[in-house]
Amino acid sequence: MSALVAGGVAVLAAPDSTPNTGINYTALSILVILFALVTVAGFMATRFKRAESLDSLDEWGLGGRKFGTWVTWFLLGGDLYTAYTFVAVPAAMFALGSVAGFFAVPYTIIAYPIIFVFMARLWSVSHRHGYVTTADFVRGRYDARGLSLAIAATGFLATMPYIALQLVGVQAVLEVAGLGGSDNIIAKDLPILIAFALLAAYTYSSGLRAPAVIAFVKDALIYVVILVAIIYLPSQVGGWENIFASAQEKMGTINEVTGKPQGSFIPVEQQYWAYATLALGSALGLFMYPHAVTATLASGSRNTIRRNASILPAYSFVLALLALLGWVAIAAGTEPIGLDGNPNAQLVVPQLFEDMFPSWFAGVAFAAIAIGALVPAAIMSIAAANTFTRNIYKEFINRGADAKKEAQVSKLMSLLVKAFALVFVFTLDKQNAINFQLLGGIWMLQTFPAVVFSLYTRWFHRHALLAGWAIGMVYGTYQAYLTPNPATGQAHFGGSVAAIPALAELGYIAVTAFAINVLVAAVLTPVLNAMKVAKGADETRPGDYHADADDPRVQKDLQAHEPGALPDKA
Amino acid sequence: MSTLGKGEEPDAPATSSPYASENKSLMIAAGVLLVIPVLALMTVGLYAKDGPELFGFPFFFWYQFLWVFLTAGMTYAAHRLVLKARGKSHKDIA
Repeated sequence: MSALVAGGVAVLAAPDSTPNTGINYTALSILVILFALVTVAGFMATRFKRAESLDSLDEWGLGGRKFGTWVTWFLLGGDLYTAYTFVAVPAAMFALGSVAGFFAVPYTIIAYPIIFVFMARLWSVSHRHGYVTTADFVRGRYDARGLSLAIAATGFLATMPYIALQLVGVQAVLEVAGLGGSDNIIAKDLPILIAFALLAAYTYSSGLRAPAVIAFVKDALIYVVILVAIIYLPSQVGGWENIFASAQEKMGTINEVTGKPQGSFIPVEQQYWAYATLALGSALGLFMYPHAVTATLASGSRNTIRRNASILPAYSFVLALLALLGWVAIAAGTEPIGLDGNPNAQLVVPQLFEDMFPSWFAGVAFAAIAIGALVPAAIMSIAAANTFTRNIYKEFINRGADAKKEAQVSKLMSLLVKAFALVFVFTLDKQNAINFQLLGGIWMLQTFPAVVFSLYTRWFHRHALLAGWAIGMVYGTYQAYLTPNPATGQAHFGGSVAAIPALAELGYIAVTAFAINVLVAAVLTPVLNAMKVAKGADETRPGDYHADADDPRVQKDLQAHEPGALPDKA
Repeated sequence: MSTLGKGEEPDAPATSSPYASENKSLMIAAGVLLVIPVLALMTVGLYAKDGPELFGFPFFFWYQFLWVFLTAGMTYAAHRLVLKARGKSHKDIA
C-alpha cells in the first residue's frame, strides 16, 4: 500500500499544490448559503403547480404528470448528470485515462436516439393503463407476476448504490472544503448527515416537485461553473496542447504495481471493443433505471419526450468537457489527497477548483456539485420507493391498498432507501461503492429485453424472458466477481470489463450478459410454446402504444389522481 | 390526429400503425437518421487516432464532440420526419 501511495504521489508531481489540511472558510460559507437557498426552495416547492392534495402516488411520485417541455428538460437534465458523473468520470480520466472515463461521452450521445425510439411508446401505454413503473407494464403485457417482480427488484436494487454514490460526491466536496476529518467522529460524519436530513425532509414533503424546482438552480450553477472552468482553466495550465501532452505522458508511464502503462490516452486496438461495449451497454441500460422512467412518465405528452431527446445531447457536451477537466488537473499538477493522507482520485475536480479558483468561486463550484448530487439522490429515492410500493408492496403484501396508502408507503420507503444508501457510504470502501455501481449497470441492462422488446412484440414467452433475465444476472454478477483490479490489489468486483466468450476481445460484462440473456430467451420461447405453456393475457392493445395527451383514456388517467378516485388499474 | 376511439381496437400485431396513413419512406428515413450516430460511435477503430488535430485536440476527441451536435441535429430531424409521416404538425405538440 505504501508503494502504491508513493507511486501515486510521484506520478501526481508538481509541488505547488499541497494537500488541504484546514477548513476553507470562504468556500464553505458560500457553499452553506447556496445550500440554504436551495433548501428553502425545496420546502416551498409544494406551491409549484399546486395540486388538490399530495395524497396519492401520482401527485407525490410523478408531480401530477403535467410538466411541460422546459420543466421536463430541466428535470431530466438534473436526473442524468449526477455528482457521480461530475466527480467520478473526471477521476477515472485522471487516474486511468480515456477507456475508463471518456466512454461516458459516446454513451450519453447514443442513448438519446435509442430512447427516442422507445420511450414515447412506453409513455403512451403507461398513460392508457395507469402504469407508473416498467414492472407495471410487464405485468399488464404478460400477466406475469414473477417477471414483474424480477424487473421491480432489479430496479430497486440497482438504484441503491447509485444513490450511495451521490452521497460520495457530496462527501468529496466536503472533504476538499476541509470538513470531515478522519480523526474526529462527529466532524467526520456530521456534514453529510445534515445534508442527508435536509434532503430527506424536503423530498418527503414535496415529492417529485422538490427536485424539479431545485433542478433549475442546479443546472444554472453547473453551467456557470463548467463554462468558467473550461474557458479559464486551460489557459492557466499552458493550453490544450500542454493538457493533452501531460495526459499522454502520464498515461504512458509504467505503473509500478501492474508493470503496464498507467492508463489510456487514446484507446489502442485491444481496447476498441471495451470502449464501444461500455458505451453501448451503458446507453441501453440508462433508461431502464426507475428514476429515468419516472422522469419520462412525468411529462405531459408523448412528444415532449421525443422533443427533449433531441436537445439532451447538449448535456453530452458538458460531460465531455468535464471528463477533460480530469486531464486539465494533470497539467495543473493537482494532488487529490484525502484528509487521511491517502490519494483519492475522486477528489480531483473539487481539489482542482480549490487550487485554481479564488475561494468564493470555489465555494460556488462546490455548491454546484453538492446540489447536483442532491437532485438525483432525491429523484432516485422516489423512483425506487414507487417501484417498491406498486410492484412489491401492493402486489404481494397488501393488495387492497388505496392511493393514499400507496403514497404513505412510498414516502416511507424513500426515506429507508436513502438511509440504506447512507450505510453504504459509511461502511464501504469508496472503491467498493464504485464497483457496486458497475454491478448496478450490469443488472439494469438485463431488464431491457423484458421491457423494450415487449413494447413491440409478444413473440418472447414470459417465462423465457424470466429465464434470460436470471441467467444474465447470474452470469454478469459472477463475471464481475471474478474480475480483479491489479493496480489496487482488489481481488473481486475490481472492474467491469472481461473477456467475451468466443471472441478474443475484452468487453463490458453487461453487454455479454445481455447477449446471453437474449439468446436464452429466444431459444426457450419456441420450446415453451411447443410445450403449450400458457403465455398469459395481454391487457394492452396495439393502439395503446401511440396514445397521446388528447386521447380520452389518457386524459382520464392524467386526471385520475384526484384523492379518493380509484386508479384505472386494479 | 389519432383515429383511436373509445371502442375496441382490432387485435392486430403491436407494430402495425393505427394512423390513418403513414408515409413509409419518411419513417425509414427517420430510422436511418437515428442509426447513423450509433454506427459512427461504435466503430472505434475508425476514430481512435491522434491526427488530424483541431485547436490542439487530437482527432479522437474532436470527432466525438462533433457527433454531439450531429446527433442532436439528426434526432431532431428524425422527430420532424416522424411527425410529417403521420400527418401531424410540430405545432400540435403540447
